Amino acid sequence: MNNLTTMILKRLAFGVLTLFVISGLIFLAVQALPGDLTQAILGRSATPETVAAFRHELGLDLPPHVRYFQWISGIIKGDLGTSLANKRPISELIETRLYNTMFLACAAALISIPIAVGLGLMAALYRQSYLDKLISISTLSLISVPEYFVAYILVALLSVTFPVFPSLASVSPDMGLWDRLYVIALPVMTLTFVVTAHMMRMTRAAIINVLGSPYIEMARLKGIKKGRVILNHALPNALSPIINVVVLNLAYLLVGVVLIEVVFVYPGLGQLLVDSVSKRDLPVVQAISLIFAAIFVLLNLIADVLAIVTNPKHRYPK
Amino acid sequence: MRTAINLLKHVNWSARLGLAVIVINVACAFFAPWVAPYSETEVVGDVWEPVMWSAEAVPHNPPVILGTDQLGRDLFSRLMYGARNTIGLALVTTALAFGVGALLGFLAATMKGWVDMLLSRGVDILMAFPTLIFALVVLSVMGTSTTVLIVVIALIGATRVYRISRAVAMDIEVMEYVESARLRGEGLWWVMKDEILPNALSPLVAEFGLRFCFVFLFISALSFLGLGLQPPTADWGSMVRENAAAISFGILTPLIPAAAIALLTVGLNLVVDWFLHKASGIKDVP
Repeated sequence: MNNLTTMILKRLAFGVLTLFVISGLIFLAVQALPGDLTQAILGRSATPETVAAFRHELGLDLPPHVRYFQWISGIIKGDLGTSLANKRPISELIETRLYNTMFLACAAALISIPIAVGLGLMAALYRQSYLDKLISISTLSLISVPEYFVAYILVALLSVTFPVFPSLASVSPDMGLWDRLYVIALPVMTLTFVVTAHMMRMTRAAIINVLGSPYIEMARLKGIKKGRVILNHALPNALSPIINVVVLNLAYLLVGVVLIEVVFVYPGLGQLLVDSVSKRDLPVVQAISLIFAAIFVLLNLIADVLAIVTNPKHRYPK
Repeated sequence: MRTAINLLKHVNWSARLGLAVIVINVACAFFAPWVAPYSETEVVGDVWEPVMWSAEAVPHNPPVILGTDQLGRDLFSRLMYGARNTIGLALVTTALAFGVGALLGFLAATMKGWVDMLLSRGVDILMAFPTLIFALVVLSVMGTSTTVLIVVIALIGATRVYRISRAVAMDIEVMEYVESARLRGEGLWWVMKDEILPNALSPLVAEFGLRFCFVFLFISALSFLGLGLQPPTADWGSMVRENAAAISFGILTPLIPAAAIALLTVGLNLVVDWFLHKASGIKDVP
């Protein structure tokens, strides 16, 4: 057991290290902002004084290590800096948006995980059947088309031809849970389709991999019932890859959310990020990309730790 | 030529379909300036005119096959030019990603030691970023020019190519013929070019297809977000974005460029799937 804790601690330490390196990189990216680009952001008519004032505002006149620690310590205290575009504190800008994004992502995850794992299991058990082939072809098509294609087809179908759901997901803070769910039905559906396809393919592959191992064949040859083979012999070993698949796809969901929010004009972090990139509001871009990257790293970390916990094989170094 | 035809006979129907899609797309891209009825920027009619075969179609000469876009430009012509711009850009980017990724991957596998260590950890860090977020950070700092676009996406692609080519090269590097080449006194470059590359080609070709898909979808996604190719250059992602408002009026124009993207990527995936299946040596179960 001691071995297990040290391995998890090692992973955690590595995760924290990755976060620091990533925050450093995001910081450096802005640091690298060349002088003529500050000019480009401010426009041609900017005088040297305004350029200097702008660089001072971004803190570009201080030595880099000082600024990095100012920035990081601010973030740890919950102060993400101020937006260049509207001079408001960033933490205030993103507060409700972060909640909205999380709400959307969680709703999609709650629906897609059971569907994906269930269908993946079915496809693996009835391999080479028509059901499996149907699932395989439809998921391959779904993962290779862009997310917004799925989104617009759903809009054309369920919002224009049959006006069931609204095409714009405009939520407000005072909405009740059901209203909110109704308004975000289409974005949730789109995300569910895309993520389910990925998750299902990976689940199927993971289970087929386990079902192919000799101890399953042994169990079958002993004459054990099919249900028991799956529940007692295959599942414990397939659990670790399935959990891994689920968590990795949650990380994928996070990126998909950005595009979907833009399609449905959903007031989330992703939309703000895209807006800020085109406005070149660097402090906001810095803050939001750090949040996204942190969640991404965290999810990958969870996947790693769960893989170690659920699979005894990983507990001992080779 | 004969071997190519022979090879085609053994291709299954789904891969043939994919191949046909790719050939049509590439032909459109290549011949766009000669075949397209109108130019990329010419305004030919009203906003969002319907497709040629619908009842409300407005007659034009030459015909406006797929209707017009949000500025009254011919959608069909713009699709052809869009194929040229998007596919061309994606090819250049994928080639760059491959050149850099494979070279560094082979280098890491053959030199080992600190070179491998340094490159691998660097790639690990880049891969810890969600790809889209990484691209958005760089684009916000460097601005959205085509050069920046190519470099950023190629860098992201190169990390994945690096992983694959390093893994493949590691397996080849331990072979006797590589050792004998080394003992013969061949240089590093020669070992990489004449011993490792020819043997790594088959997995790398499949990876090229997958990478191209990724790059193509990525460029389209950025263009869709308004951060890729800038107007009035026709490109499929931005065409979806520009026409997106039409969908709430029940006009399906934005679905056409989106479908074009989807068709090409599905076609590519079908071919890659077949290739992987064939390369892995699995015989079809009757």
